[in-house]
Amino acid sequence: MAIMTKEFNISQIRDDQVRLLERLSNACAVSGDEGEVRKIVLEEVRPHADEVKVDALGNVLVNKRGSGDPSLRVMLAAHMDEVGLMVTNDEGEGIYRFATVGGLSAADLIAKVMWISKDHIPGVIGIKPIHLTDAEERKKPFSVDDLRLDVGPGTSKVKVGDRATFSTKFIQHGPSLRGKALDDRLGVATLIELIKHAPPQIDLQAAFTVQEEIGLRGARVAAYAFNPDLAFVLDSTPAYDLPAWDVDENVIYNTRLGAGPAIYVADSSTLSDPRLIHYLVEIAEAYRIPYQFRQPGGGGTDAGAVHKQREGIPSVSVSVPGRYHHSAASIARLSDWQHTYNLVAAALFNLTPQVLAGER
Amino acid sequence: MTDTANFLKELISAPGLSGYESAVRPLVEKVWRPLTDELSVSKLGSLHGFQRGTGPEPRQSILVAAHMDAIGLMVSAIVDGFLRLTSIGGIDVRILPGQMVTVHGRHDLPGMVVATPARLLPSNIQTGVVPLEYFLVDVGLLPEEVTDLVRVGDLVSFAQAPIELAGETIVGHTLDDRAAIAALTHCLELLRTRAHVWDVWAVATVQEEVSLGGAYTSAFQLHPSLAIALDVTFASSPGSPSHLTIPLGKGLSLVWGPNMHPFLYNTIKELAERLDIPFNFEPAPSHTGTDTFAMQVTAEGIPNMVIGIPLRYMHSPVEMVVLKDITRAGRLLAEFIAQLDENFMQKLTWDD
Repeated sequence: MAIMTKEFNISQIRDDQVRLLERLSNACAVSGDEGEVRKIVLEEVRPHADEVKVDALGNVLVNKRGSGDPSLRVMLAAHMDEVGLMVTNDEGEGIYRFATVGGLSAADLIAKVMWISKDHIPGVIGIKPIHLTDAEERKKPFSVDDLRLDVGPGTSKVKVGDRATFSTKFIQHGPSLRGKALDDRLGVATLIELIKHAPPQIDLQAAFTVQEEIGLRGARVAAYAFNPDLAFVLDSTPAYDLPAWDVDENVIYNTRLGAGPAIYVADSSTLSDPRLIHYLVEIAEAYRIPYQFRQPGGGGTDAGAVHKQREGIPSVSVSVPGRYHHSAASIARLSDWQHTYNLVAAALFNLTPQVLAGER
Repeated sequence: MTDTANFLKELISAPGLSGYESAVRPLVEKVWRPLTDELSVSKLGSLHGFQRGTGPEPRQSILVAAHMDAIGLMVSAIVDGFLRLTSIGGIDVRILPGQMVTVHGRHDLPGMVVATPARLLPSNIQTGVVPLEYFLVDVGLLPEEVTDLVRVGDLVSFAQAPIELAGETIVGHTLDDRAAIAALTHCLELLRTRAHVWDVWAVATVQEEVSLGGAYTSAFQLHPSLAIALDVTFASSPGSPSHLTIPLGKGLSLVWGPNMHPFLYNTIKELAERLDIPFNFEPAPSHTGTDTFAMQVTAEGIPNMVIGIPLRYMHSPVEMVVLKDITRAGRLLAEFIAQLDENFMQKLTWDD
């Protein structure tokens, strides 16, 4: 195609963007209860959008119209929700039973301080002291049913139905960012910045989606409402780039930190549109933006719901790689976030209907 | 009076792993200095605070021990920028995934403990609990930065910040046994305003979690007539057997068994009853798991007692204690010491 000849300014992640990511990461938004993140998103995007609405499920749908007649309609999606807990039973004296919301393992919950309800009431998930166990018992993993939330023996304001998530505080350290729910607050922060710098020739349709972690439910209705020509999904995908045992080289890393944005070829719910993969690669190479292919298979993003909506929507996902998703904290690299932003921004900047000219 | 909650939060914000207690000792020294007549540090690093009694010389003395060391981790290897670990003290590895820690390298680094993902483990351990040797710490730095800043043998301490929960409850790491340091401090404050015949040695011991080294050596050096260990004990909590625990926030435990002198036990029990300080009976059929185990057999042997402060989720970064139980322990101890008279040792007998 060779259409990437326009001058595009590669940007750095500014400190105010990191502060925004910090606010987003520290906010609690378990699937179905995304209000805290929604509030921040609305505050950030309102001054920059032509139209902002909150739909029937709680998605934030933002329109920024282009100058064309008509312009190419480009949907961008990033999910606001995170995995967490719901309080299900009050056992008295500050002890509560809970269920998990989204893919969260019991092992990651043990010995953590959690924030419960919109008031961020602290509670802990503890286990029996080691002194009262034997070696055989310590080899057995806990199940969620074995665990309880404990808010202390005083008067409790926690109610059955309240959501809870990790109390982890965001930090920036060296080249890295560490915080809870970077899956997908990195995508949310990227999308907010893209709205602020939307290129003029397209209709930018930004969906800050809900309930991604429990079945891509927000994206499904957002894609219907937008009826876009194509879609980019911004997520954060696991990096398993840790030392491996019994092999010379870890060849099942999924993605690697520091290797740039991860372009999805295939996951368990989407075969990305090859035209869009090809386009992203051309853009990355033209502007010398590092990128990697996410190893195909497993996982999934909002693209799984988007590409099957209406008559079909050509879709691709791009992720900032992150380690330890769905646990107390993820670790990601500032440079990967920056390259992800630049890749998508440059792709939008150069985007024309030509990208879909050929048949899939 | 020291604000117990704030002092305790300060104490548990410091590391001070077993063998490396100098990270916490100055915090205790600062508060004990105005409360004691003499303050010194033993060869192994225990802090000895002395309050002189009013009785004629030679005076009897009582040693009260609360250990200031903490459990934690130590770097055992560095691989591709990740740290491998060994433990200091008893750690159930099931508390480790996703735990925030401080790596005490050339300077302090924020780290996170992670279990190697199952897909990267040998096939025979991909299910069940991952053994400690497959855990890693990620400090978020590039491999070359990590090898510059971290060495094998560096300490790794828990980073969970203290929090207050409902019911005047403190949560954090190392409340075992810094809650007892706070209780002992409360006792010293109460004794400062009361005459006591006996000399008092308040000792913040070292290495309790590993070897009881502080208790053995301070008891030997100070040669007290009586010794009491203040330690935490198991409070009832989800998943803990009810017959091995006592309620949280509903009083102390007075521990009964071969490590304790029965006369001492009975004297303290009767005192608690008289003062209306709530307590629970806690049987310890052999080893109490406290400094008493060492102090009892130091030199020619010392009559001992253990007073326990109930605590939930022991040896985890979310240990939980109720402030009232800490002040109760301090008060009971002060009252006991204040009523010790010149003839107490003559009354202390095994058989009626």
